[in-house]
Amino acid sequence: MRIAIIDTSTTRAAIISEGLREAGLDDLVLIDNSHALVAQIEAANPEVVLINLENPSRDVLEEYFAVSRALAKPIAMFVDQSNPETTAAAIDAGVSAYIIDGLSKQRIMPIVDLAVRRFNAFSRLQAELHEARNALADRAAIDKAKAILMRRRAIDEPAAYALLRSHAMQSNRRIAEVAEAIITSAALMGDDT
Amino acid sequence: MTLDRIRIGFLPLVDAALPILARERGFAAAHGLEIELVRDLSWATVRDRLLYGHTDAAHMIAPLAIATALGRGRPAVEIDVPFALGLNGNAITFSIPLAAETLEDGQLGEPRAVGERLRQVALARAQARRPLRFGVVHRYSSHNYMLRYWLAAVGIRPDLDVEIVTISPPFAADALAAGEVDGICVGEPWNSVAVDRGVGRIALVTAQIWRRGVEKVLAMRRETASASPDLVDRLVRALHDAAAHFVEPDAAEENARILAQPAYLAAPEETILRAITDRVRLSQGATPLHIPDFMFQFREVANFPWRSQAAWLYSQMTRWDGTPFSSEEAARAEGVFRPDLYRRALAGSGAILPGASSKLEGAIGDPLGAGSVQGRLVLGADRFFDGRAFDPDDAEAYLASLP
Repeated sequence: MRIAIIDTSTTRAAIISEGLREAGLDDLVLIDNSHALVAQIEAANPEVVLINLENPSRDVLEEYFAVSRALAKPIAMFVDQSNPETTAAAIDAGVSAYIIDGLSKQRIMPIVDLAVRRFNAFSRLQAELHEARNALADRAAIDKAKAILMRRRAIDEPAAYALLRSHAMQSNRRIAEVAEAIITSAALMGDDT
Repeated sequence: MTLDRIRIGFLPLVDAALPILARERGFAAAHGLEIELVRDLSWATVRDRLLYGHTDAAHMIAPLAIATALGRGRPAVEIDVPFALGLNGNAITFSIPLAAETLEDGQLGEPRAVGERLRQVALARAQARRPLRFGVVHRYSSHNYMLRYWLAAVGIRPDLDVEIVTISPPFAADALAAGEVDGICVGEPWNSVAVDRGVGRIALVTAQIWRRGVEKVLAMRRETASASPDLVDRLVRALHDAAAHFVEPDAAEENARILAQPAYLAAPEETILRAITDRVRLSQGATPLHIPDFMFQFREVANFPWRSQAAWLYSQMTRWDGTPFSSEEAARAEGVFRPDLYRRALAGSGAILPGASSKLEGAIGDPLGAGSVQGRLVLGADRFFDGRAFDPDDAEAYLASLP
């Protein structure tokens, strides 16, 4: 069964492809989302199309399906014949699936379920990555603020950190926020550390 | 006071202004609402988020609200439109080569004259089997219906003499530049983006085709609207206040600044300011031209959801989908527009409330007093460029009279 994947994130497209291959579905076509979408779909002639919800090309894709309904091999939107929970889960995960009319539900469900799981996994991955990036940025800000305090107040590193920490607790803010404030004010005062 | 949260889906277009300004200018808060805006990049996703409960209401092209209620291309879901988000504001932009063949320099064309020149080019190209191709934003959009109405009325048969395809507005300028389409009918800021990039020239604005054409609406699932009437009322009042504010000349600059933000349109402030002050730059580097009524808002109860507007859209839906006219479907399509909800929400406020729910569309030449149950209503010229008028009670005869 040929499955086309259209995704504005190439990383996510790769993650979904990998999952489908593991499930033994290896007739996959990745479609470049910005250019001549309809021509690419026509050439690929897929039975299932997976596309991310944020994709600006969804209207173009649906128009193609609407037109193709009048032709010999109509493609319908998955929601048309599936159960509402699956569709809701797909929409919640951020993916929309379209299938050729008449394809059996048993063959489709595993694909959509898999796409939903992979989309969710990708979202979690992104959230974790975001957190890790923030943690790194926090670390850098705290180090910089400590250096400013050490120089200005002529104290050692543990004392500078203790000062940051106690001020954060008093003002009910994160240490990184206090550090940011120190860096900003130092910059305004002309202290270019 | 705690605010009730309401989520509204939108596409980054200038005519998403009212829900954005209702939030940013405090009109929503004044009615006890916190509007959370959900930005998307396709109408399909705006619609899906509305249908699957990610949003409570949506900024939507009016024909799509009707198509969704009628179940065109998908299972039907009942939709209510208690408020129209504005009239017109779209334009038809030609590629530079097509503009060179059909447009006069430095001025806005006249629909018939431009149409006649376009017809000659279109027929020659069709004969050479290289038909002109136009891009519209969606099959169920006023853009599609306005473009087709104009083409058909000047003797160009859509789908036979010219191709009409769907394009994603962010890619429209690229498609013009690459020659993938010869013209586009899209909303702002996308015409101006193509003009400023030097890849297109504005041929007409849609207000020249139908002076008072309905454009975006506020769409809700009927289930949601029926379950929380108080929320609907407060939202309509907040949007009505935002519309009144939108037409204040002094507010335009600050409004443009708000709309330009990355979370909303993420577009140049200057381009947005031009659109919301009815100034249109026809070609790259030209002085913007003031086009009254380009984007019509608030005045003449522009936000009132006339059932006759829904009826006109349904007539065009059957015309271009090639489906038979059904009076049962027509009634359901008209029923999507809810003037009763608009009146209920604004009763007792200073808002003008029309007495009728339906009117002859395109029949007014000079400003005309009209019956109202609250305030004094005067309706201005609302003509179609070809002079035809639409009587919602006689839609079949109207359809038969069209080319």
